[in-house]
Amino acid sequence: MNAVTNFLTSSAMRWLLLGLAIVYPFVAPGEYQIYVMAMAFVWAIAVYGMNIITGYCGQLNLAHGGFFAIGAYTVAILTVDHAWLFWPAFMAAGVAGAVFGLVVGLISLRLKEHYFAIFTLCVGFIIYILIEKWGALTHGTLGIINIAPPEGFGVFDFARTLDFYYLVLGFLVVAVWLTRRISESLLGRTFRAIRISDDLAASLGINLMRNKVLAFVLSTIYAALAGALYAGVVRFIGPAEADILHTFDMIAYLLVGGIGTLMGPIVGTLIITWATQWLQSFEEYRMIIFGPMLVLLVIFFPKGIVGSFLAWRARRAARRATVPARSSPVSTARSTPRASEGRDHA
Amino acid sequence: MELFLQQVLNGLTLGSIYGLVALGLTLVYGILHVPNFAHGALYMIGAYVAYFAMVDIGLNYWVAMVVAAAVVAMVSVVCERLVFHPLRNAPPIHDKIAAIGILLFFEAVVQMVWGADFRRLPTPYTEIFHFAGLTLPAQRLLIIVGAFSLMAGLHLYLKKTMTGSTIIAMAQNREGAFLVGIDANRVAMMTFAIAGALAAIAATLFAPINLVYPAMGNLVLLKAFVIIILGGMGSIPGAIIGGLIIGFSEALGGFYLSNDYKDLIAFGLLVAILSIKPTGLFTRGVR
Repeated sequence: MNAVTNFLTSSAMRWLLLGLAIVYPFVAPGEYQIYVMAMAFVWAIAVYGMNIITGYCGQLNLAHGGFFAIGAYTVAILTVDHAWLFWPAFMAAGVAGAVFGLVVGLISLRLKEHYFAIFTLCVGFIIYILIEKWGALTHGTLGIINIAPPEGFGVFDFARTLDFYYLVLGFLVVAVWLTRRISESLLGRTFRAIRISDDLAASLGINLMRNKVLAFVLSTIYAALAGALYAGVVRFIGPAEADILHTFDMIAYLLVGGIGTLMGPIVGTLIITWATQWLQSFEEYRMIIFGPMLVLLVIFFPKGIVGSFLAWRARRAARRATVPARSSPVSTARSTPRASEGRDHA
Repeated sequence: MELFLQQVLNGLTLGSIYGLVALGLTLVYGILHVPNFAHGALYMIGAYVAYFAMVDIGLNYWVAMVVAAAVVAMVSVVCERLVFHPLRNAPPIHDKIAAIGILLFFEAVVQMVWGADFRRLPTPYTEIFHFAGLTLPAQRLLIIVGAFSLMAGLHLYLKKTMTGSTIIAMAQNREGAFLVGIDANRVAMMTFAIAGALAAIAATLFAPINLVYPAMGNLVLLKAFVIIILGGMGSIPGAIIGGLIIGFSEALGGFYLSNDYKDLIAFGLLVAILSIKPTGLFTRGVR
């Protein structure tokens, strides 16, 4: 039993998952399933960004979908209107995400809790209105069509679903690896300290503003690059990309998987993506299920799948400890168990 | 000059509607310290209930308004009982997520049941008065008079009745309110009911000159948030004054600057205010 639970959080498990992801296209029933999986990976990259600012750092950013849209629109505008190639435009999308993230972060992160959430909600809305109204730049409500697909190199042709799948998988692996490096470093512990109590963190000498802005900019870069990939595969985008619904989809992925955990974003994204596949015709109304599901999750299951697993394992370990200390139930008032603060990440 | 006065009138109309919505938000915030993102959905439901009460059942405008207020007050209380009450000790992120969950849920339900098309709420007051070169549509006058009487009524209720006093007491000092035997659950339910009713009445007043559609609450909600940040979270006069400020700046800005971007004016103000003073104007103590 222990061997199993330990394996689930070991690096061998992560390699196994990567192996499964690599062979997936060969066992998938058809091209459509590969495409769905690739799109799920794109969203997962954006959710990893949200996980840094909301999961580790504890700031609910409701403009995340807006930054996703900024990345997508950067690629679309540069490739369609200015005849750039995809990869330079992709880089530019990352820079745009960082610059906008820095500006918004500098203003918004001076605000506490509720103010920050309200402010970012407004920022998301401003992005949406600008995309819709600034027709000269964004083609307005028509959206932008014929976005260039990523140029291939050598044997790769990213206009093909299979090749694109591997491209996105590569980016996702980098995103996960980077998140792991961050969360195990002093920086990640700094972010968590800010989430648990920013006053205490400040009294330890942590520069709150600098660290929060850093987390925010990292998260917006993730979001913008995910948006850039999205633009490259869908090749048509409209103002709807900046809708609050997308931000909320991402919050749902994050909560189901486990907020503030390493594997939570990918677990949540894959589960919900595939669960909603049979809701195809229902897509527009998905919030009828998502809305109550989220409410139930935050009330009864705030740690998500991965977080709950880690908490359960930590409780077991505490019970089995040679010194029968008082079992320490992980307090439900925390969105992340202590267990994830050690080296053994799920 | 006449054009300017016309815009002032429009500003007064907008401001009184925003003020009503912001009042509900600020009351709930003052008591529970929850920014209720679901408030926009209550506004939207109010408009739909009034619409169907008038169009399908054929009720009179005022009766429909009362029905909408009652239904939405109930919905609001149910949300409080089922969602906000269980989350009262959860980390602050959780109730915000839950509130947005409620908002999107209601929007999706309404869209599924009644479609996303725009509807117009009929109003019995279609006369247009002309006075000193100004055009005064009856509905706009009704909005201004109705909203301000309601605000005055709320003020009297909070100041002169026992239940109103318990709400104020709880907003001022939770522990103190408990010590003198105020029932927190009852006050929370009352507050949510009042907030819901205010939102529904605002929607019923405003819908005849605006439209009824599933996402109608979102912009109003965001502006109401801007208003309560402007006027101070939990402050009732602040909500009314803030509402007028946003209403006027939107009417005048939409007319003199750009009609396309008039919705951004409120947010521009918000960014400016919070950049200069991160605690919002008129707030005391800690952030």
